[in-house]
Amino acid sequence: MKRKIYPDLDSTVADIPHGARIMFGGFGGAGFPNNLIQALSRQGAKDLIAISNNCGTREGELGLLFRLERIRHIIASFPGPHSNYFQEQFAAGKVTLELVPQGILCERMRAAAAGLLGFYTTVGVGTEVAAGKEERLIDGKRCILESPIAADYAFIKAQKADELGNLTYRLAARNFNPIMAMAAKTTIVEVEEIVPVGAIDPENVITPAIFVHRIVQAKGIRYAG
Amino acid sequence: MPDKPRLTREQIARRAALELPDGAYVNLGWGIPNLIADYLPSGIKVFFHSENGILGMGRRAKSGEEDYDLVDAMKVPVTVMPGASFFHQADAHLMTRGGHLDVAILGSFQVSEKGDLANWKIPGAKGSGNIGGAMDIAAGAKMLIVCMEHTTKEGASKIVRQCTYPLTGLACVNTIVTDLAVIDVTPEGLLLREVAPGWSAGEVQKHTEAKLIAPARVLEMRLA
Repeated sequence: MKRKIYPDLDSTVADIPHGARIMFGGFGGAGFPNNLIQALSRQGAKDLIAISNNCGTREGELGLLFRLERIRHIIASFPGPHSNYFQEQFAAGKVTLELVPQGILCERMRAAAAGLLGFYTTVGVGTEVAAGKEERLIDGKRCILESPIAADYAFIKAQKADELGNLTYRLAARNFNPIMAMAAKTTIVEVEEIVPVGAIDPENVITPAIFVHRIVQAKGIRYAG
Repeated sequence: MPDKPRLTREQIARRAALELPDGAYVNLGWGIPNLIADYLPSGIKVFFHSENGILGMGRRAKSGEEDYDLVDAMKVPVTVMPGASFFHQADAHLMTRGGHLDVAILGSFQVSEKGDLANWKIPGAKGSGNIGGAMDIAAGAKMLIVCMEHTTKEGASKIVRQCTYPLTGLACVNTIVTDLAVIDVTPEGLLLREVAPGWSAGEVQKHTEAKLIAPARVLEMRLA
């Protein structure tokens, strides 16, 4: 059986190609895979398409990859008040943005994870996010068609993994991580602790191991924003 | 002639807090709404929801007890109440969008006479704009209250016939609480429910682009 545990951060991200489409978990400074982001910045992949709630906090979180001009397109809901590296490049036309309502971002990823090809929603009807989308009436309500969002990789942060990849999270650091874990072809998780199989009560598993492909223990940066 | 005194941001929050029913599940947005948790009337217990996956969010963390894995939607370290729960962002917005929360309270740049909400981007401003959870909340809230100043710093009415700012949602606002008035969005139009102390319905109308329906007697805004 292929072991999912990688010895260090750099080997975990070594094969990520230029142009890869990558989801990044995290919200409000909590649950960001900051050590994987650092490793990716060393690895050098560029022309990336990123999917994340926001666009970094100064040099922290995705701010690092924007500062190094590694991201060419991002799908996000809340770029954020301190996403200065993103904002500079957005203003200069070096990066493009698809702005998506936060819950719809979640559901579009879940649709991809669940093998669904889209869904109708009232969210965003009559607003800029409806531009170019099919609109129809269902039960008398105006709604628009939203498409799935999938990715080549998900970079996520969990508190604990067992050696199979069952994950637990801590407090509000869960946020987008379990959703992204399900929506990418290859899910890479950085965890604070790796425990033996059986050490996590099955009742307490939040992300089942089937969704997790690479595990690395990271004790470096926890909060980068 | 200087204008009559208006309510402070804290007083707007205090007035909006009186709209919360006991036992309600409530989401508070950025700006004035974020102050409301400090002004709950005594005897009222509500459960605060945060879009990053917290139900039963408590007060802000005191110095020394901050845990940066436990933050609110504004990234501020918070605490949880007994009986709280954590869940992922999709479930957090299933609650906002699916009509599971009792009340949501948001800040806004403009509200139209039909209850359209515009609160995510200032036209012409540099930068990308930030939608966050506002569109999900606007589409799904059973009861949506907007707290904002009645006019801009330049004196322009923020309660308008038609929003000129980028829209967040159509016909979604139920009640507007400002530093001058409490206004309900009704099928007939904007109903002036209360005015700030010292203000008349006519004076509030002068600062309001949209037409207000004023009953014969308009109450003074309660603060407690």
